[in-house]
Amino acid sequence: MSKGKYKWIGTRPDRPDGADKVTGRARFGADFNMPGQLVGKVLRSPHAHAVIKSIDASAALALPGVKAVVSAVDFPDQPNLIVPTGEMQVNLRDITRNVMAREKALYEGHPVAAVAATTEAVAKAALDLIKVEYEVLPHVIDVADAMKEDAPILHDHLITEGVKPAPTKPSNIAKRIDNLKGDIEAGFKQAEIVVERHYTTQAVHQGYIEPHATLASAAEDGQIQLWSTTQGHFQVRGFCSRLLNIETSQIRVTPTEIGGGFGGKTVVYLEPIAVRLSQKSGKPVKMVMSRDEVFRASGPAPGGTVHVKIGAKRDGTIVAAECTIALQAGAFPGSPVGPACWTSFACYDIPNIKVVGYDVVSNRPKVAAYRAPGAPISAWGVESTVDILAQELRMDPIDLRLKNAAKKGTKTSYGPTFDTIGFVETLEAAKASEHYKSKPRAGMSRGVAAGFWFNVGADSSAAAHVAEDGTVTIISGNPDIGGSRASLALMAAEELGVDYSKVRPVIADTSSIGFNFVTGGSRVTFATGLAVVNSVRDMIRELKVRAAKTWGVDPDGVIWEDGCAKPAGSNVGEFEPLSLAQLAATAGRTGGPINGHAQLNAQGAGPGFGVHIVDLAVDRDTGIVTVDRYTAAQDVGTAIHPSYVEGQLQGGAVQGVGWALNEEYIYGSKGRLDNAGFLDYRMPVASDLPMIETILVEVPNPHHPYGVRGVGEVPIVPPLAAVGNAVARSTGIRLTDLPLSPPRLSAAIDAATPRMAAE
Amino acid sequence: MNDIRYSAPHTIDEAVGALLAAKGTGRILAGGTDLLVQMKAGMALPGAIIDVKNIVEMSAIEDKGGGAFRVGAAVSGARIGEHAALKKAWPGVVEAINLIGSKQIQGRASPGGNLCNASPAADSVPALIAAGAIVAVHGPNGRREVAVEKIQIGPGKTSLQPGEIVVSFSLPARPAGSSDAYLRLIPRTEMDIAVVGCGVSLTMKDGVCTAARVGLGAVAPTVMLVEAAGAALVGSKLDAEALEKAAAACRAVCKPINDKRGTIVYRTKIAGVLLKRVAAIAAERAGGR
Ligand SMILES: Cc1cc2nc3c(=O)[nH]c(=O)nc-3n(C[C@H](O)[C@H](O)[C@H](O)COP(=O)(O)OP(=O)(O)OC[C@H]3O[C@@H](n4cnc5c(N)ncnc54)[C@H](O)[C@@H]3O)c2cc1C
Repeated sequence: MSKGKYKWIGTRPDRPDGADKVTGRARFGADFNMPGQLVGKVLRSPHAHAVIKSIDASAALALPGVKAVVSAVDFPDQPNLIVPTGEMQVNLRDITRNVMAREKALYEGHPVAAVAATTEAVAKAALDLIKVEYEVLPHVIDVADAMKEDAPILHDHLITEGVKPAPTKPSNIAKRIDNLKGDIEAGFKQAEIVVERHYTTQAVHQGYIEPHATLASAAEDGQIQLWSTTQGHFQVRGFCSRLLNIETSQIRVTPTEIGGGFGGKTVVYLEPIAVRLSQKSGKPVKMVMSRDEVFRASGPAPGGTVHVKIGAKRDGTIVAAECTIALQAGAFPGSPVGPACWTSFACYDIPNIKVVGYDVVSNRPKVAAYRAPGAPISAWGVESTVDILAQELRMDPIDLRLKNAAKKGTKTSYGPTFDTIGFVETLEAAKASEHYKSKPRAGMSRGVAAGFWFNVGADSSAAAHVAEDGTVTIISGNPDIGGSRASLALMAAEELGVDYSKVRPVIADTSSIGFNFVTGGSRVTFATGLAVVNSVRDMIRELKVRAAKTWGVDPDGVIWEDGCAKPAGSNVGEFEPLSLAQLAATAGRTGGPINGHAQLNAQGAGPGFGVHIVDLAVDRDTGIVTVDRYTAAQDVGTAIHPSYVEGQLQGGAVQGVGWALNEEYIYGSKGRLDNAGFLDYRMPVASDLPMIETILVEVPNPHHPYGVRGVGEVPIVPPLAAVGNAVARSTGIRLTDLPLSPPRLSAAIDAATPRMAAE
Repeated sequence: MNDIRYSAPHTIDEAVGALLAAKGTGRILAGGTDLLVQMKAGMALPGAIIDVKNIVEMSAIEDKGGGAFRVGAAVSGARIGEHAALKKAWPGVVEAINLIGSKQIQGRASPGGNLCNASPAADSVPALIAAGAIVAVHGPNGRREVAVEKIQIGPGKTSLQPGEIVVSFSLPARPAGSSDAYLRLIPRTEMDIAVVGCGVSLTMKDGVCTAARVGLGAVAPTVMLVEAAGAALVGSKLDAEALEKAAAACRAVCKPINDKRGTIVYRTKIAGVLLKRVAAIAAERAGGR
């Protein structure tokens, strides 16, 4: 741990938002209300694919208590223009159609109209009175089916990008991506052993406990106020501005406390609708999704197919690697197939790589980001294949990875060359762990897998204010989804040399701080942390100026140390140090309030690597998997607040285990989701898992003053294959289709042991 | 929005009267862990709710001696789990009821509600069927007694007549060397719904099984008494052959569906797997094979 080097960084104080959260005082999305507010509800398509021939809302509008109805005609059409949102990209033409269906309903749950009424009951009754005439079309759910020649086409304008010559006919393949390094054919010729497998995964939901919720108030003078549970209130502002043709500065978005996001709250669903309903009705409008709506209409992570081929020498040196990935985009283009491709072999230093990716639309809700978007899917294929290679070569799975590990100077298949990274250190830490050194308990089998994520930087703004008594407020603009307020305050306390308790971090609304890109890409502690450090440095510069004025010396003659201004040396003069409180008390006489500001586009985000070890048992009669022990090791740069870093590793591991074992979107023959709730969408419950052990490997990022790397996404990448590899070693059967649910695992075991099936 | 009339009578006759007066729109409320969820989902829109928790007979556990008990239909799972004598006499019935939901749900959920909600996956019902529980039903024409397996007639459907309420469950006295057990298969460890549930009650004498009843849930439209499975165990030492015969009997009565919770093949197989495991636990509790 970094303790020793620092006073505050590496310690574990209570989080600033902790007391409010454990006492129920914290206000989440659905906790905001205004006088006279209406209830907004969305009418959703019951069909997976249908032309909307007409919408007649006259009966709904005639119902007493109904104040407004909106449908696509209330939203201006948008240009074919791609804009970034978090780690994903969206097309404005598509996003307005996802918020409110225009020509066609493209998935079950697609919004078709919305009402605002005085009560929830009236709003629900009004939905039943809206007459929508549909022409139901054939639908397609599966990626492989959607890629077929005769598949129902979702978008007549969709011509596959990235293929030359460009196809002349529309298809459901939005894009093809190609990554090449070296000479793949020559590479495989050198191989002494080749392993090739085909893998599939199912769509999974981020599963945040708090459903999407918003409160919108459009005033008569055109000003808009919004409260929203979101990972990016600046993105909410930006989307509402674009989709509704409202000047950006007229919209003020306040982020609420957030009950989980995991990437799924980086896009807009309800907000533009609520604003439009508020504008039409002249009243504030509150909208809260039900869990059913969250599952049917908010972004899951994609399912997909991954075909992997790896060639190696007998000593384990990987000489060539190839994979083809096709991911569900949902109803509109924009799956995370790019990152799935780029991360696929990023853990390894392989001379010859070929990666091909396809972005495929089908009649499912549009996918959204979910922790390391795309990476767990390609890692499921690649890390399973690497494990097969280790088994066939009779090599220790960590040794095989060490032999091929990416290091500083390794050139990736997608372009960049790695700077200082900690994959080797992480593998070594996993290997040296008490877990790995001890044998699995009786009946248990062990699996190992690795994972990679880039982490991002991007735009951040921050401010630091000295209060009249010398305490400090740190103002930033990223919703806190993982303890970032605590980490920002720790870095500010460290930089200032004052007690953590003297620093209060707050998250400002869009009108109270400069622009901040979304909370996503594991960027906040890195990029916004950098902005906070810079704003504190700016404030210290000002504090030194004030001390210089007080002493009548040159500002260069003042240093900042242990929370005080001090003379730089005896030649400056003999002065007692001036504390923050003293400087604050005299601020009016030395130039007014003392503040610091910073804004930046953070470069140099440090990539992260994880290695997970799991011991588990398979009940051969029932196919039930019991996880006995789990360790997540990760290169975390510097653990600013180790508890929250450990929490990230544990949470990611648990979500990955759920993805591996039971979570999946199940569709009926009509293209309707069959398990839109937590009973039958099976995320793990607390009793399903042991305490997740963590190993924090600290290889500081050279591009951050405190060595911060993003840590929140890497830990969901390895678990799928770690679990699959342990199951394979337990049963002797290599399953390639997720989830490894009891019926599927049981069927595979029975197929491999015919005598038992007859039992 | 429709109005709901709520009443909480102190006698069964008043409750029956209120139920009849609601003319088919009335619903009994015990713990409400099914009813309120269904109302919230818009699947139930009762005109009257009759809370039966104030009715003493429905909220009491009576120890009748010799292992016989009368358990009120509205007693919560938590209170049943805390009743030491009942737990000792009927460990399988108690463990089945205690498997329902979580700690919070246990504070409310009742065996009467579990039975009358008529889910084929209801956890307490296979154990109650295996136990040979007799249900006291009170209605406009007074009281009748009926075997617990006669109440469910289809998913969400019971044989209760208009105005009828389940009052209590009677668990019979059993000879020495008797015990019972219940297991369910769920993909998770809790907060899940049975893919298959199996209850066995049996009596062992000198290592031989002299009586056995098997209840099987979640593999057909109702929870079933599998007489052939019980018969296969009786007279045996619960050896592999007898267990396999009983397991085969369980598989034979399965009429499951393929759905999000499991396949036909899987559910049918698991019915046999569970029978063997449950019979072994019950025999162990009864004092060995
Ligand atoms: C989170 C959660 C988890 C759950 N987990 C499980 C589980 O693991 N296993 C399981 O089996 N169930 C489970 N359930 C379902 C439910 O908790 C059980 O079925 C419970 O036993 C119902 O009892 P109750 O007293 O709450 O019934 P209520 O909701 O009060 O009643 C259920 C139905 O029976 C009727 N009714 C109730 N009592 C009588 C009576 N005496 N006479 C006639 N009709 C009556 C009611 O009108 C209603 O239709 C779960 C529910 C929830 C919400």
